[in-house]
Amino acid sequence: MSSTHGDYLHEPKGWRSWLFTLDHKRIGVLYFWSTLAAFVLGGILAMLIRMELLTPKSDLLPADTYNKVFTLHGAIMIFLFIIPAIPAAFGNFVLPLMLGAKDVAFPRLNLASYYLYVAGTLILLGGILGGGIDTGWTFYTPYSSTTGGTVSLMVFGVFVLGFSSIFTGINFIATIHKLRAPGMNWFRLPLFAWGTYATAIIQVMATPVLGITLLLLIMERVFRIGIFDPKLGGDPVLFQHFFWFYSHPAVYIMILPGMAIISEVIPVFSRKTIFGYKAIAYSSLAIALISFLVWGHHMFISGQSQLASAVFSFLTFLVAIPSGIKIWNWLATMYKGSIKLDAPMIYAVMFLALFAIGGLTGLFLGALSTDVHLTDTYFVVAHFHYVMVGGTFIAYLAGVHYWWPKMFGRMYSEKMARLAGALVFIGFNLTFLSQFLMGSRGMPRRYASYVQDFQPMHVLSTVGSWILALGLFLILGYLLVSLRKKPDAPANPWGGATLEWETPSPPPPHNFDRTPVPTHGPYDYDREPALV
Amino acid sequence: MSETTTTTTHSPFLQHHYAEMEQQVDAGKIGMWLFLVTEILLFGGLFVGFAIMSGQHHDAFRLAHEHLSRPLGALNTVILLVSSFTMVMAVHSARHSRQKALVRCLAATIALAGAFLVVKYFEYSHKFHDGLLPGRFYAAGGPEPAGQAMFFSFYFMMTGLHGLHILGGMIVLTWLLVRSRRGHFSSAYYAPVDLGGLYWHLVDMIWIYLFPLLYLIG
Amino acid sequence: MRTYVIVLAALLALTALTVAVSGIHFGSPAVNVIVALGIASLKASLVALFFMHLLHDKPLNALIFVSGLVFLAIFLILILIDVDFRLPEEVPPSAFWAGLRLW
Repeated sequence: MSSTHGDYLHEPKGWRSWLFTLDHKRIGVLYFWSTLAAFVLGGILAMLIRMELLTPKSDLLPADTYNKVFTLHGAIMIFLFIIPAIPAAFGNFVLPLMLGAKDVAFPRLNLASYYLYVAGTLILLGGILGGGIDTGWTFYTPYSSTTGGTVSLMVFGVFVLGFSSIFTGINFIATIHKLRAPGMNWFRLPLFAWGTYATAIIQVMATPVLGITLLLLIMERVFRIGIFDPKLGGDPVLFQHFFWFYSHPAVYIMILPGMAIISEVIPVFSRKTIFGYKAIAYSSLAIALISFLVWGHHMFISGQSQLASAVFSFLTFLVAIPSGIKIWNWLATMYKGSIKLDAPMIYAVMFLALFAIGGLTGLFLGALSTDVHLTDTYFVVAHFHYVMVGGTFIAYLAGVHYWWPKMFGRMYSEKMARLAGALVFIGFNLTFLSQFLMGSRGMPRRYASYVQDFQPMHVLSTVGSWILALGLFLILGYLLVSLRKKPDAPANPWGGATLEWETPSPPPPHNFDRTPVPTHGPYDYDREPALV
Repeated sequence: MSETTTTTTHSPFLQHHYAEMEQQVDAGKIGMWLFLVTEILLFGGLFVGFAIMSGQHHDAFRLAHEHLSRPLGALNTVILLVSSFTMVMAVHSARHSRQKALVRCLAATIALAGAFLVVKYFEYSHKFHDGLLPGRFYAAGGPEPAGQAMFFSFYFMMTGLHGLHILGGMIVLTWLLVRSRRGHFSSAYYAPVDLGGLYWHLVDMIWIYLFPLLYLIG
Repeated sequence: MRTYVIVLAALLALTALTVAVSGIHFGSPAVNVIVALGIASLKASLVALFFMHLLHDKPLNALIFVSGLVFLAIFLILILIDVDFRLPEEVPPSAFWAGLRLW
């Protein structure tokens, strides 16, 4: 049963109650709309990039401006959208409900985390308005430590955002350890919780190193310390070590929550318990831990020692194994299941295909000998868009369509969802598939102009981006339209077995009237015929 | 909201989403240890950078570190170690509901922290006076000025960041002192003192490594 | 309470020790580094185990602390595998494999 009164969206009332809220659900919603706004901004920049690349010459944007556009596209998408979005929006909203808890461990820290996100965003916007930067989102020295522009300001903004991420991670680890409902032991946890936990480990352990890296960069610019500047006795490759020690695990901050969503959606829409629960749970931890051992694969041609390159290449192959385990287990879950292709499942299946491509192409890049030819080409660009967009963003869309009824109490148009899904799939592949080909034939990344031969594939890619954008606008459209209806979502529209479905849609502020006691596992459709 | 939980009187400091105080205290400890680990990795980056640059500029770093005052560094080490002692005594006092001792130990810790900063002030003034400054401001000449300048960059960054954490710690401890005088803490509830203590010990630990690396080895 | 006093005494003694030892010239300067860091680690362990109560606390907290140190060690070690094994510019990369003398 749902109502417009007494749910967390309406109680307590007033804008001040939102500004100072300690309710994890409200904080999740704040994060949801904020990260979505950032995604739109980053997306506009992406469209600009693709427009410029329609023609071989740098005619729409001068090269210097183009450099700023791709830098900002990367920085905004990574730091303002893809790292925070799933954990801070869905993790915040859903995790306590799934655990049978009333809130996260540290609600005030949670609110602080959101305000740090806002502060970091404002600082970044200030940097953009002040002229922006053209260093690439990777800020490599000595260019970033010596060039003009608002580098220090932007970098400080990212520093602030890092703390937002750290606080979220601290909160989730403590929450999962201490706020599980009685009877919810570790192996009764939904896999979304395991994925969130693994992500939180990375957030806590890796982000501080980014923090010190950015501070050192600012110190380089202000004081000319020299640590990263060869002219002053420093080592620019050292900057890359510092930067990638965070930024490689960061990509697992991006994908683990996405995988966690897929682990939720597939069993529900296959009406079958997850295959290999423990394997998936442990593989999340394994990915988190191994992710810290492989960062040098971003630096194969930067001048690091041959020994280091060989070691990092070998370790990189290890990290593919737990990811592979997950894919096999998801497929095995679907096998002989009773598949229902509602919107969340459409995106989940899309994820399997696109993440498989993205992950496999990562192997080409992880292999030292092939990477030497593919690095800094469009092959890399295609690879990371397949895993980040085809993987994480598609999983995010699965999550949006799965939890929308719970968060906002409304069902959306399934027909429109299917149309949009088709456009997204076609548009995405058209945009990025050709980039693998271009890259392997030598099209460099971050170039505003290119050799005439590449134009046909660039045109294909740009047209694909328009189709993708259309699909995404459609999604935004029908979701917003759904908000204008009267609330019509049942407590459990999908027949899920995790605890968030045992409370009204949308939930009351206190989540549960009585502390739920889980008597079955999170995917026990076999044992709970009432759910089928 | 109806709850079928026990009707024992809850501490006024029990937050609504926890069923028992022990659960809340445990969660707080986990959160604080996680935060301390982020501090270890933050400073750790500086230590690693220092280690690498020290390897590349071995002679310059050794020359530069001779300018540091070992007596003052050792004095500061002793000050912080004693302050860790007074801090743990504060926690001990709180756990045994000894209000006066708690207040005195917190005050002593804050005073020692202040003393640490005073010593640092004298050290910094001396460096400024001698032109032993970071990066582009280094003006002391001598052999291998670029390497020496880099040493002082690290010296100021590491002790500066550490000093900021001392200052932050003093603010937190002062707040704990105020709450102690209001009688908030006793054997029933002293978690904030405990957690503040953990933070303070970490700041001490960082100096335990800074002192030999900067002052004794270079 | 007595434990704390003993630990403090040990910490002060170790501080005196490390200052004294730093003046001694061993064969190579690396020895000074190892000794100094070793003593520092001993002091840090005393602070962690007794002042921060890790000895009697729930093991999870100790696990969290040690994990941080492990990740820091990974950071340092893998960077050293780069920085300490770079070949001078005149040497071609293939020399690396020849130098390993695998055959």
